[in-house]
Amino acid sequence: MTEFEPKIVAFVCNWCTYAGADLTGTSRIKYAQNVKIIRFPCTGRIDFMLLLKAFGEGADGIIVSGCHPNDCHYTSGNFHARRRWIMFRGLLDLLGIDVRRIQYSWVSAAEGAKWADVVNTTVTAIRELGPYTDYAKVANYLEKEANV
Amino acid sequence: MSKIGVFICHCGENISATVNCGKVAEVAGKLEGVAYSTDYKYMCSDPGQTIIKQMIKEKGLDGVVVAACSPRMHEPTFRKACSEAGLNPYLCEMANLREHCSWVHDKSDATTQKAIDIVRTLVEKVKHNKPLSTIKVPVTKKALVIGGGIAGIQASLDIANAGHQVVLVEKEPSIGGHMSQLSETFPTLDCSQCILTPRMVEVAQHPNITLMTYAELEKLDGFIGNFKATIRKKAKSIDEKLCTGCGLCTTKCPTKKIPSEFNEGLGFRTAIYVPFPQAVPNKPVIDKLNCQYYLKGKCKVCEKVCPTGAIRFDQEDELVELEVGAVVVATGFNIMTTSEFPEYGYGKYPDVITGLQFERLASASGPTLGEIRRPSDGKIPEKIVFIACAGSRDPAKGKPYCSKICCMYTAKHAMLYQHKVHHGESYVFYMDIRAAGKNYDEFTRRAIVEDKVNYLRGRVSKVYEENGKLIVKGVDTLLNAKPVEIEVDMVVLASAGVANPGSEELAQKMHISYDAYNFFSEAHPKLKPVETNTAGIYLAGACQAPKDIPETVAAASGAAAKVAILFSQNELSREPVVAVVNRSAPPLYSTCVGCFMCATACPYSAIGEEEIKDRKGNVIKKVAKVNPGLCQGCGTCVAFCRSKSIDLDGYTNEQMYSEVMALLNE
Amino acid sequence: MKLGFYPGCSLTGSSREYNESILAISKVAGIELAEIPDWNCCGATAAHNLNHELSVSLPARNLALAELAEMEELVVPCAACFNRLVMTQRELNENESLLAIVSEKLQFKLKNNIKILNVIQFLEKYVLPQLDELVKKPLNQDVACYYGCLLVRPQKVMKADRFEDPMSMDLIMQKLGAKAIDWPFKTECCGAGFSVSKTEIVGELSGKIVRNAVDRGAKAIVVACPMCHSNLDMRRPAIESYLKRKVDVPVIYITQAIALAMGLTPKQAGLQRHFVPVNLSVTQN
Repeated sequence: MTEFEPKIVAFVCNWCTYAGADLTGTSRIKYAQNVKIIRFPCTGRIDFMLLLKAFGEGADGIIVSGCHPNDCHYTSGNFHARRRWIMFRGLLDLLGIDVRRIQYSWVSAAEGAKWADVVNTTVTAIRELGPYTDYAKVANYLEKEANV
Repeated sequence: MSKIGVFICHCGENISATVNCGKVAEVAGKLEGVAYSTDYKYMCSDPGQTIIKQMIKEKGLDGVVVAACSPRMHEPTFRKACSEAGLNPYLCEMANLREHCSWVHDKSDATTQKAIDIVRTLVEKVKHNKPLSTIKVPVTKKALVIGGGIAGIQASLDIANAGHQVVLVEKEPSIGGHMSQLSETFPTLDCSQCILTPRMVEVAQHPNITLMTYAELEKLDGFIGNFKATIRKKAKSIDEKLCTGCGLCTTKCPTKKIPSEFNEGLGFRTAIYVPFPQAVPNKPVIDKLNCQYYLKGKCKVCEKVCPTGAIRFDQEDELVELEVGAVVVATGFNIMTTSEFPEYGYGKYPDVITGLQFERLASASGPTLGEIRRPSDGKIPEKIVFIACAGSRDPAKGKPYCSKICCMYTAKHAMLYQHKVHHGESYVFYMDIRAAGKNYDEFTRRAIVEDKVNYLRGRVSKVYEENGKLIVKGVDTLLNAKPVEIEVDMVVLASAGVANPGSEELAQKMHISYDAYNFFSEAHPKLKPVETNTAGIYLAGACQAPKDIPETVAAASGAAAKVAILFSQNELSREPVVAVVNRSAPPLYSTCVGCFMCATACPYSAIGEEEIKDRKGNVIKKVAKVNPGLCQGCGTCVAFCRSKSIDLDGYTNEQMYSEVMALLNE
Repeated sequence: MKLGFYPGCSLTGSSREYNESILAISKVAGIELAEIPDWNCCGATAAHNLNHELSVSLPARNLALAELAEMEELVVPCAACFNRLVMTQRELNENESLLAIVSEKLQFKLKNNIKILNVIQFLEKYVLPQLDELVKKPLNQDVACYYGCLLVRPQKVMKADRFEDPMSMDLIMQKLGAKAIDWPFKTECCGAGFSVSKTEIVGELSGKIVRNAVDRGAKAIVVACPMCHSNLDMRRPAIESYLKRKVDVPVIYITQAIALAMGLTPKQAGLQRHFVPVNLSVTQN
């Protein structure tokens, strides 16, 4: 049996984590292939509905990563994102999403090795949690109901 | 139906070594809306760009995805190419196959599949891209230079000589920085003061330079071409217009035993003081923390003796707001103090001193008037040890880097010692002699060959005091690797260059990045050495990393040239990545309900109000309005908006949602 | 108050007086030291020179026995034993695969959270707070506190503050009424294991330590390590032949100094067991 390969989407800011992930590349540090990056100008731009959309579209895990506190290119976008994350985290249980499926992190433009580490830890964690199927179950149910 | 062109770059073998580029191009060609796809060895090369331009014209492409390196590298290149072919540059996006895929994974089908997924995601994004046009903003042709050492002086003079206004801010009472403390300079042994002070005077007299000493940056807002800086002018407690700089107050001040910063604690100064005789401006300040009047409410001797009545005890700090177009950061460096070396006595031995303290001893204007005398008893040291790499290249001290200047100044110190104490014996413990530079190696050879300085290759494990002598225990790794013990009168540590205290805080004020050692980071280690990641803010000198004087001056002139280039334009084009509040047909006009949550979230105060009026001028609705000149495009407002009425051009909700969906649906 | 106690081989052999004085002062201070049942060798220098796994397994067995005996804190007076036990604990906490190997060998799953105290830490925590009341005969002499290497190094594990110039023994000695001199040889090497193989090296290294202490006016050298003690005390002939002079400064354990200050007899403190005689008028007057 082949190992479960989770699909993970990374929502990252352009200035710190995207550049940090670039540095991972420049430094030729290898990491798991499961994570694909979507570039935002700032974590402040990340509407957390996008995270739900990603789960709805079949993501098994999500990484949100931006600049360290006080290092935001736009002064305070990362603080807004952090506050939003704290609120959002409280709602995940209600939504039936295991909080461990979202890795919230800070990776600076100089932390190439840390990015590889964040990716690898997240992949291992999600692999242990297994595929995220709850959303699909609800969708199937709703579809069935609609057809009846 | 879109007509998108997908161009896959091999980047030589950087991408093609692990990603099957042909396969990616083939799969991309079959994606819905893709009219053309191909792969090529070097997309960024001239022929590569020509393919893109040709295809835009030939196939009438309405969107382009270049799958190559990071957009942080070549997005401008390819957008320009598209623009030259008549396609709006903002209809071009890059898929990062190199840094985010080929370089971080081994060759496999999965790696190729990931590349395909990335390309598909960007194709979906491009389908929703809109043509945008660049935003023009005016440039304020005045520069702010922070730090008045040799870096700040050089940058200020260069910018001023290019015909632009400069405000030079220095936190100490005088400009001059560390260079003014040096005795002589390598590799020519010319006197530091002699070459520096004329420059200091030139700064003070230059019609284009406004000098603010005893002042610090309080706040910096705005963006390239349009910064707003707040400077705190600390109270000097004197009226500079009335003060003639006669110096009577400094001779009469009763508080005389304050360790002088300029003399690195080896001499004393008064509470009202001019840091050194050649100071610019040559007018005193009162050190409030040590002045008897400020401490105890009594004294006022300076006020009594001042012939022009220039003393102002009630003076307060003043905040000055400046509008500037560019900032040069030239805040310099510092060195580790002897107290940071447990093995050399935690600073408890007065005759273990730092290199900067030795400079003051060797300087004609120093506390010993240029005679090398040890601090404890004023004796001329007969034997002296210089320890290179004290702290530098030492992970245990948290400084794994080479401080770069120490090999040269240690050779200089040993030479100066031999020149001044003819019968003296000097020893240098070193790890390697790093003397790379014009006439540098010749200089260190001269110290060894002509001045008979004893160079011992090895580290010093301990320095302790016994019977008024310092015992230096070390190892000579060349002569049969023997432990050596030398009994000397004085030890000089070439201690590591470190970032100035407070540099972390300053970097955060300016939103520039800094490294693990709190040195400021350049935008690119090779190709953008004087730029920071924040446009319009430049670096000069040792605030970036330890640098010697020639290198510092070169960097300062480089930064000044960058400022002059910026100021050669009357207006700047800005990326049109800005937030926009939507508009719709009456009676709605906009889905914005005017809650102004966006305005509270905006870090730039870029969101204001707009009144929508009917023909008679009655206000129908108040909605948010973004000032595109102030908006920096972070998009925080977009995530905040409850009615989804505000969106960010270049990263619209439509674009981002389609990216997420495309990424997960193969 | 009951604490675990790991004497190690030295305290049952060459430095019995260290053992005796610790037990004696603990009794006065109302602390019971319970020896780990069936303890074994810590591995000393030999084990970690030859076989890394063995060098960890030997101390680990002692830690396991202490855990079985439900000890929460373990006093390890010998500086070398202390060093081996602390290094083992740290390594097993950081290296899961090694922990698995060792657990397999011991047939015991280590919790590995026992608090290991060297003699200075033990004194600081349990004896120092009571010293004001317990000191009956203050020591009025100048002494040199000699820490050696194993109590302070490696710095990143031992986390001693001022590891090149430690002060903890000095402060305890001051509490006993003595004056701890400021001297630069507190953590210099005594020659350690060369005691057996190349005694002349010990003569030189320990000689420099003893000379500096004497030249700075110390009337006694205070130690907390059996190895240091035997080199400075037992190897005095080698030291004297290196220094080419006679030195009669005694070397005493810090626990002996405390015992004397508490008013215990020289015999209770084990002073008669030294090579260099301890003249009482030197330590107390």
